[in-house]
Amino acid sequence: MEASKVIHAIYTDDDILMSAVKKVKAEKHHIEEIYTPFPVHGLDKAMGLEPTRIAITAFIYGLIGLTVAIVMMNFIMIEDWPQNIGGKPSFSYIENMPAFVPIMFELTVFFAAHLMVITFYLRSRMWPFKNAENPDPRTTDDHFLMEIAVHGNENELESLLKETGAVEVNLVDKAH
Amino acid sequence: MVLGAVGVGIGFMTSHKSFEEVEQLLAEESHHGGGHAEEASHDEASHGTHAAVDAHGDSHGESAHAEVDEHAKHIEHVQHQIANRPWSALYVAAFFFMMIALGVLAFYAIQIASQAGWSPVLFRVMEGITAYLLPGALIVLAIAVASGTIGHYNLFVWMDPEVVAHDKLIQGKSGWLNIRGFAFRGLIFIAGWSLYRHFSRKFSIAQDTAEDKSNFKKSFRISAAFLVFFIYTESMMSWDWIMSVDPHWFSTLFGWYVFASMFVSGITVIALISIYLKSKGVLEFVNENHLHDVAKFMFAFSIFWTYLWFSQFMLIWYSNIPEEVTYFVTRFQDYKLPFLGMVVMNFVFPILMLMNADYKRIPWFVVMAGLVILFGHYVDIFNMIMPATVGDRWFIGLPEISSVLLFAGLFIFVVFTALTKAPLLVKGYPFRKESEDFHY
Repeated sequence: MEASKVIHAIYTDDDILMSAVKKVKAEKHHIEEIYTPFPVHGLDKAMGLEPTRIAITAFIYGLIGLTVAIVMMNFIMIEDWPQNIGGKPSFSYIENMPAFVPIMFELTVFFAAHLMVITFYLRSRMWPFKNAENPDPRTTDDHFLMEIAVHGNENELESLLKETGAVEVNLVDKAH
Repeated sequence: MVLGAVGVGIGFMTSHKSFEEVEQLLAEESHHGGGHAEEASHDEASHGTHAAVDAHGDSHGESAHAEVDEHAKHIEHVQHQIANRPWSALYVAAFFFMMIALGVLAFYAIQIASQAGWSPVLFRVMEGITAYLLPGALIVLAIAVASGTIGHYNLFVWMDPEVVAHDKLIQGKSGWLNIRGFAFRGLIFIAGWSLYRHFSRKFSIAQDTAEDKSNFKKSFRISAAFLVFFIYTESMMSWDWIMSVDPHWFSTLFGWYVFASMFVSGITVIALISIYLKSKGVLEFVNENHLHDVAKFMFAFSIFWTYLWFSQFMLIWYSNIPEEVTYFVTRFQDYKLPFLGMVVMNFVFPILMLMNADYKRIPWFVVMAGLVILFGHYVDIFNMIMPATVGDRWFIGLPEISSVLLFAGLFIFVVFTALTKAPLLVKGYPFRKESEDFHY
């Protein structure tokens, strides 16, 4: 998508935004993006976004962390050097397992949390020194912005968006 | 409302049937109790023949071998264990259902005190369940005291004056562990809980027709006060009613551990009864979002229970101090399957079943997980009581199952009768609207 035109419709109220989203969806226009200063409850449902799968990744990462903990301590404490430390039974993993549980638990949480956060950053393309993709600085304060791609139907779209209560409708050239 | 009454009436009738069923089972049980005595004497006889000659010589007097002495002691020990079994089975089941009602009462008080916005639609279900508390707790206390007065000290060895006479450790604790104090404390606990239950129910029903919110404010205040009372008495109750079956052993987080167990089973029963009543069409205002929240509580408190269980186990296992560790040694040697099985049922199963948000909204899924959790917590109580009373002569057989059925029948009877006594939706409660519209 090289130089194409998009419409930016700006709203000042999240309730109006929600009804506008529903209307635009009902008219079967594709909403490229919506910028809001805070999470609007139910917006993802109204836009028809797919539910996130990040919880599933976190579960898998947790299992990986658990495996790492078990393999690590089995090797260090049982296989590599099964020393008698204070009479703890280092004969097999299961015999000394209660002593390892705190580490198993913490590593599970550690892996699940950190890898999930990193996954989130990667998927949402966030990192330090990244250029902000903000079409209008007011959207970080008190305005809501809906971006719709234009395919030669500017006028029709513009009147529709005005109708939905947009305070501003701008036609913008978008260079990618 | 009419529909509600009819639906509850149906529930009442089905529960009534099961109650009669259990009454029959109780008769069977007492018959079985007789069978046990026979078995005990039989066991004694078979052991006896082994030592018959020696015992004979012993009765005749002169040369009492130490060996004989030991053998006679062993027989006595085993006989005592076998005699304890129906008592313990009854006690475990009675305590299990009492603790469900008590757990629900604590949950109810927390919901009111925290002014929860999601749960008011379930208040009448909770109030129905807590109706079992008074009879249930009295039965538990009655069994405990009866075991020391009518029975032959079948549950608590410290009730036996002969044992105490030879036991310095129990003598040192007799300031707390004596039957009179035990009964007295028990009555105070039960009185406090029942008073709260009585008044909160009264205010709740009064609020239905009240013009102002004064009843709500009153129930808010007594809930806060009850929670303070509860956490003290619950700890003491767990020392008295459960920990003292092992009077040589003590653990500091035991009260919390018992609390976790009763809380999670209570919440599970709320879920099960709500789902049942909803399936009968009398709880239209309860939707899958409420179910989701209750299932989240089941999930979270299963983990909380595991946390306390493991903390207690691991601290004692790690330091391995002989006078404390015997508690787990007997459980590990003689009760391996229930001891480890309950961890699977109370932790592994719920954590895998109830982790997914979608599964928590599916009634049959919650019912399935709930039944496993309930069974797991029965086994938990079983593991607390049985090793001290019957030792390695445990089995989940007729006495255990029939006691569970008896108290399950009584529980269902009392709860569903109480549910017919009031409309199933709180009317004037300030958070009712919010709760009805609740969605997650």
